Amino acid sequence: MKRPRVLIVDDSSVMRKIIERSLRQAGLDLGEVVEAGNGIEALAAVRGGVFDLILSDINMPGMDGIEFLRQLVTLEEAKGTPVVMVTTEGSETRVVEALSIGAKGYIRKPFTPDQIKERVSPLLEVMR
Amino acid sequence: MNPALDSKIQNSVRPDATWEPMLECAVKEVFQIMLQAELTTIAKTAEEVSAGDTTAMVGLAGSLCGVMSIRCSSQTAESVAGRMLGSVGAVNPSEVPDALAEICNMVAGNFKSKITRLADNCMLSVPTVIRGEDYEMVTIADGEQIVVCVGYEHSPIWVTLAVHS
Repeated sequence: MKRPRVLIVDDSSVMRKIIERSLRQAGLDLGEVVEAGNGIEALAAVRGGVFDLILSDINMPGMDGIEFLRQLVTLEEAKGTPVVMVTTEGSETRVVEALSIGAKGYIRKPFTPDQIKERVSPLLEVMR
Repeated sequence: MNPALDSKIQNSVRPDATWEPMLECAVKEVFQIMLQAELTTIAKTAEEVSAGDTTAMVGLAGSLCGVMSIRCSSQTAESVAGRMLGSVGAVNPSEVPDALAEICNMVAGNFKSKITRLADNCMLSVPTVIRGEDYEMVTIADGEQIVVCVGYEHSPIWVTLAVHS
């Protein structure tokens, strides 16, 4: 069975590591994990290859998660790739905005590995 | 006339007596979930000021304008980073400010999500970290300050919300 290729987008390298560790702690058998520090880097990564799952922060310098999502949904390479927002945002407005653009869900920081698993597992199941 | 600004001023949220316990709760939750660390409450006196050589700050703008900051010693910041990353042994020094910045960001986000009128009307900035031996934090905010001091592995961590009036 193909192991999912995952893109983690967050301006904090610590948070990118924690997200990856949480995915693994949740028992998800990941393939390659690629990191990006903002939306610009993430778009470049997507243009370089297809991902099975994207986890993205919202509040980032350079290009934020909302603008990244807007541009992502126009890319052929991203068709069918589920995006989950991982954010400190308590603002429903921004989360709803992300969902309306095409995000499949969101996880609020702080999070537990179980919360990550709950959101991400169904999206990876669909892929199988 | 700026309708967006007018709307924010009309919806301006002011601190009340519930904010300090809510801030403390927000801090403890973040440490519990992200570090599996149980913080203790440290009673502070009016004369005490926050101390430490590492400070992370996040700006708040919208219905509440101000700065949320977390201040501690560099040893405490290193320990926080280590526990966040699940590291055994020394932490990469470049990851220490990043970790404290993320903690501050999560505390600010968690705190504002507890206050109904803040959740949707207050934005957080990208965090900033200051490090050094000899500096004093002077907030130009002319409003209230809510200060919480918590104990982490027998060391104090100061969390301050400085509100612009």
